[in-house]
Amino acid sequence: MSVLVFVEGLNGEIKKSSLEAASYGSQVAQQLGATATAVAIGEVHEEALTKLGEQGIEKVLYDEDSRLNSFVADAYVKVIAKAAQQESSKVLVFSNSNIGASIGAKLAVRLNGSLATNVTTLPNTDGGSFVVTRGVFSGKAFADVALTADVKIIAVKKNSFDVTHNAGATATVEKLSADLADADFAAAPKETVMQETDGVLLPEAEVVVSGGRGLKGPENWHLIEDLANALGAATACSKPVSDMDWRPHHEHVGQTGITVSPNLYIAVGISGAIQHLAGVNSSKVIVVINKDPEAPFFKAADYGIVGDAFEVVPKLIEAAKALDK
Amino acid sequence: MKILVCISNVPDTTSKINFTADNKAFDKNGVQFVINPWDEYALTRAIELKEAKGGTVTVLNVGEADTEPNIRKALAIGADDAIRVNANPTDAFFVAQQIAAIAKENNYDMILMGKESIDYNGSQVHNMVGEILGIPAVVPAFKLDLVDDSTARLEREVEGGKEVVEVKLPFVASAQQPMSEPRIPNMRGIMTARTKPLNVVEPVGAEAKAEYVNYSKPEKKGGVKMIDPENAGELITLLRNEAKVL
Ligand SMILES: Cc1cc2nc3c(=O)[nH]c(=O)nc-3n(C[C@H](O)[C@H](O)[C@H](O)COP(=O)(O)OP(=O)(O)OC[C@H]3O[C@@H](n4cnc5c(N)ncnc54)[C@H](O)[C@@H]3O)c2cc1C
Ligand SMILES: Cc1cc2nc3c(=O)[nH]c(=O)nc-3n(C[C@H](O)[C@H](O)[C@H](O)COP(=O)(O)OP(=O)(O)OC[C@H]3O[C@@H](n4cnc5c(N)ncnc54)[C@H](O)[C@@H]3O)c2cc1C
Repeated sequence: MSVLVFVEGLNGEIKKSSLEAASYGSQVAQQLGATATAVAIGEVHEEALTKLGEQGIEKVLYDEDSRLNSFVADAYVKVIAKAAQQESSKVLVFSNSNIGASIGAKLAVRLNGSLATNVTTLPNTDGGSFVVTRGVFSGKAFADVALTADVKIIAVKKNSFDVTHNAGATATVEKLSADLADADFAAAPKETVMQETDGVLLPEAEVVVSGGRGLKGPENWHLIEDLANALGAATACSKPVSDMDWRPHHEHVGQTGITVSPNLYIAVGISGAIQHLAGVNSSKVIVVINKDPEAPFFKAADYGIVGDAFEVVPKLIEAAKALDK
Repeated sequence: MKILVCISNVPDTTSKINFTADNKAFDKNGVQFVINPWDEYALTRAIELKEAKGGTVTVLNVGEADTEPNIRKALAIGADDAIRVNANPTDAFFVAQQIAAIAKENNYDMILMGKESIDYNGSQVHNMVGEILGIPAVVPAFKLDLVDDSTARLEREVEGGKEVVEVKLPFVASAQQPMSEPRIPNMRGIMTARTKPLNVVEPVGAEAKAEYVNYSKPEKKGGVKMIDPENAGELITLLRNEAKVL
C-alpha cells in the first residue's frame, strides 16, 4: 500500500503547494505504515522529481506525454487512476488548487472514494477511523469530517502545512504511461493565456499586498506594486476595485473572489467588509493600513497603522527596500 | 436550449456562524438563507442565453422544504420551472448523485452551477456530476458563449492565467465572476414566480461518503498592535523580527 501524492509542475519545478502536499502525504504514509509515492505529469525537470525525496517521497511515477503539458481533466484522471491502481493506493493527496480539487472530485466518483477538500490537518486514524479537519463557512469555521469509504482523497489547503526538508534524500523516478487516446483530450484547451507578470502568482504567494477603494484610482496602484516588489509579494484587491476595472478580476479576493492564505496579508485602504475577510481570514499575519480608526478590518488585524495610505506606504516601501534579503 | 441551473441554499454572506452547544451541528437560529452567490452568476447567464436563443431554464435544489423561498426567488429572477429533490443534503457525493439522476431523465443541453457552495466550500459537486454523466466539466468558468447549436466556448481560470475551452453540448460548467451581472427580481417576476411549477421529487438511493462529526471556530486573534504612522517603517522591522514573516 502506498499513499499517492499528485504533484503539479510550474516552469519545470514543483509548485510550493505541491511540496506541501508531498510533505503531508509522507506523514500520512508514516502514520499508516505505508510508503509515499508521487505522480507527476507533463513538463517537470528530472532533478525536481528526484528532490521530492526531501519531502519523504520514495518513488515518483512520471508520465512525460507532452499532450499533458496543459491541464485536461479526463487525461489527468486516467494517469492518476492508473498510478493508484498500480500502487494499490487507498489514500490520494492533492493540493487544493483548481487542478487538484477537480481531479480529486472526478477520482472520488471513479474510485468510489471519499473526498475532503480544503483540508488543514493530518488525519486522526485512531481505531481505524479517518477524520480530517477542513475549512468551512468561508474561513469562519472548521469541521471534522470522517471519510468512510475505502479510498480516501484529500486536497490540502494551501499554506496550512509546512514543507519538510530531509536534506539530501532522493526519490527514484519511474516512467508511467497511461496509453492515452485522442478522445481523452477532447476537452483540451484551445488556447492558454498566462498573465503577464514578472512578480509572484497570487494563489501561491507567501506575502500579499492588497489595495481597496481607499487608493482612489488605478493611477495610484504603483504604491501597491512597489511595496509588493520590495517584499517579493503578489498583488490583490477588493471587489469594488476589480468591478470598476482598476484591477483585473483574478486579483479580487473574498467571498466571491479567490481565497488566499499567505503568511502575511497587507491591506491598504480596504474597510474589511465581512465578504472581504472571508477570502483572507486564514492568513497567518494581517496588517491593516487605513485612515479610519473605526475601520472594521482592524478587529481582524495583527498589526495596524491609522494613517493616510499616500503618506504611510512610501515609508513602508523605503523600509522594505532597506531590508537585507 | 434546455438549461439546468443547480443552486444551493446558504447562510447570507454577512451571517455570524455559530454551532449548537455540543458543536455537532450548525445553528440555524437567526440565520438568513440566500441563493449561493456563485450560483446567481450561473442563473443569470442561463437566463441571458435563454433570452438570446430561446429555450427553458430549470432550477434544481437538493434540500428540504425550507429552501423553497430561495427556489421561488430563482423563479422570480427568471427561471421557468424548478425541481426540489426532497432530502437533507449532508454530503456532496449524495448531492451529485441526485443532480445526475435528474439530468439523466431530462436531456439538458447544459448544466450550470456555481464555483463553490459558500457554506461547505467543497468545490466538487460540478466535477462529480460531469464524471457521473461522462460529460466535460469546465470549472471554474468566467465566460460562456455559444459558438453554434452544438458547441460552447468558455473561458476558465487556471492558476496564473486563463484557458479558452470549446466543448460539445451537453456539458457541466461552474460559474464565477464576471460571467454575468446577477439580477434582482422585479415585482412582475415575483408575481409570476408564484404560479411557476416547483416539482418536489424524492431522492434516488445514494450513499454518503463523508460524515460531519464536529465543528470549531478559529482561534481569536491576540489583538492588534498599532504602529505610529510617523514611524511606519517600524512595521517592516516588526514583521521581520517579531512576526517573522519577512
Ligand atoms: C454577496 C456579496 C459578495 C461580496 N464579495 C466580496 C468579495 O469577494 N470581496 C470583497 O472585497 N468584497 C466583496 N463584497 C463587497 C463588500 O461588502 C465591500 O463592499 C467591499 O469589500 C468594500 O471594498 P473596499 O474596502 O475596497 O471599499 P470601502 O468599503 O469603500 O473602503 C475603503 C476604505 O479605505 C479607507 N480609506 C479611504 N481613503 C484612504 C486613505 N487615503 N488612506 C487609507 N485608507 C483610506 C476608508 O477609510 C475605507 O475603510 C461583497 C458584497 C456582497 C453583498
Ligand atoms: C453537515 C451538513 C449540513 C447541511 N445542512 C444543510 C441545510 O440545513 N440546508 C441546506 O439547504 N443544505 C444543507 N447542506 C448542504 C450544503 O448546502 C451543500 O449543498 C452540500 O454540502 C454541498 O456542498 P459543497 O460545498 O460540497 O458544494 P460545492 O461542490 O462547493 O458546490 C458547487 C455547486 O454545486 C451546486 N450545488 C451544491 N449543493 C447543491 C444542492 N444542495 N442542490 C443543488 N445544487 C447544489 C451549486 O451550483 C454549487 O455552486 C448541508 C451540508 C452538510 C455537509
